[in-house]
Amino acid sequence: MCVTCGCGPDAVTISGPHGEAHAHEHGHSHGHDHDHGHDHGHGHDHSHDHGHAHAEAHAHGEGHGHSHAHSHADAHGHAHGAHSHTPAEAQPERSHAPGLDARRMVEIERNILAKNDGYADVNRARLGRDGVFALNLLAGPGAGKTTLLVETLKALKDKIPAAVIEGDQQTSNDAERIRAVGAPAVQINTGKGCHLDAHMVGHALDKLPLPAGGVLFIENVGNLVCPAAFDLGEDRRVTLLSVTEGEDKPLKYPDIFEGAHLVLLTKADLVPHLDVDVDTIIANVRRINPTATVLTLSSRTGAGMAAWLSWLEDVRAEKLEALAEEAAARAAALRGAARRAAE
Amino acid sequence: MHEMSICESLRVSMEEAARAQDFSRVTRVRLAIGAFAGVEVEALRFGFDVVMQGSLAEGAELVVLEEAGSAWCFDCNATVPLAARLDPCPCCGGERLVPNGGTGMTIKDLEVV
Repeated sequence: MCVTCGCGPDAVTISGPHGEAHAHEHGHSHGHDHDHGHDHGHGHDHSHDHGHAHAEAHAHGEGHGHSHAHSHADAHGHAHGAHSHTPAEAQPERSHAPGLDARRMVEIERNILAKNDGYADVNRARLGRDGVFALNLLAGPGAGKTTLLVETLKALKDKIPAAVIEGDQQTSNDAERIRAVGAPAVQINTGKGCHLDAHMVGHALDKLPLPAGGVLFIENVGNLVCPAAFDLGEDRRVTLLSVTEGEDKPLKYPDIFEGAHLVLLTKADLVPHLDVDVDTIIANVRRINPTATVLTLSSRTGAGMAAWLSWLEDVRAEKLEALAEEAAARAAALRGAARRAAE
Repeated sequence: MHEMSICESLRVSMEEAARAQDFSRVTRVRLAIGAFAGVEVEALRFGFDVVMQGSLAEGAELVVLEEAGSAWCFDCNATVPLAARLDPCPCCGGERLVPNGGTGMTIKDLEVV
């Protein structure tokens, strides 16, 4: 099972770039329980001297006592119990009865989504090494993500290499629409999962080699809520909102708008048929995200497409320039080091 | 329902901690969840009970410490306390705010056996 997705074992499938079906294999190792009987529970400060290295996590509460979790970095990995002197709410019950209760406190202080964020960092580093620019496209179902991608890929064809990762609970319909335009597309089916996570995207990247300067579009599962919490390793987040969805969606579902670098209002050609005011939608987007770029377009008529493509080309060029500068600085440092050695 | 995924991630983190710190059972988990973390605490509790079944934390007590929210106000050029996402700035009444505190979710500590 994927470590971050709650979709159940083997529910996630990832296709090949040309539609070959592959089951998603997760290298997930399950630990076995150890019981070395080294637990100590003390209700007072205590210092150990074991004569070997300790990896210690200390957290001190304001004006209160503190708890120490010691884990020993020796080959046996024995952990010695916490020495807790913690505020009442953190105090294990009966912790003042040493020997009667093996309960102890272990400090963790770890972001719950650290695992996903770790995979996202790996994806981001890999995309940086490859010189690939990646966008995470987020929106509710039916906002026009795939239609926008189809039109975008047609416009980029023969100019900028592009590939697509499609996320949906079921079907490979979207990947097929993308492949029909001539771009490689990997379909991730999340089963019951409500979002893509960085681990799934890492597997999909294995199947989508792109040359330097390429653009990777990651179309997230249609959902205005959950995908917001999961970094995939993208360079920019683009949230789409179709004008048919109503004016107050940004206020009702703030998270998905809050992290967006660009908000695209889609299906603008339908505005004359609707009782919506585009300025009100934009004001509501700004209310949630004062710094996002907001563009209005219609994939069907092509109105507004030029501004979107120009934004895309600018942010892509910006990334490539930054990568080139990093590479030049590294080259200079390496040449400098070589010269120093020769002198 | 990404609360289920969050619980899966929590379970994996606890399994890793159990290997590293040599414990076999978790009896209480304390989480700090920010006001703007995008997590529904009730859904999280439901997911927790379901996901922890058969794991080292089956039956563990879940304690959720709610962390207050704050935001950067572009008009005050300062961080201000913010109770609800759509509240105006408590200092200037402005609405150009970006949450910068209470956005995270952290495992604080575990009570283990």
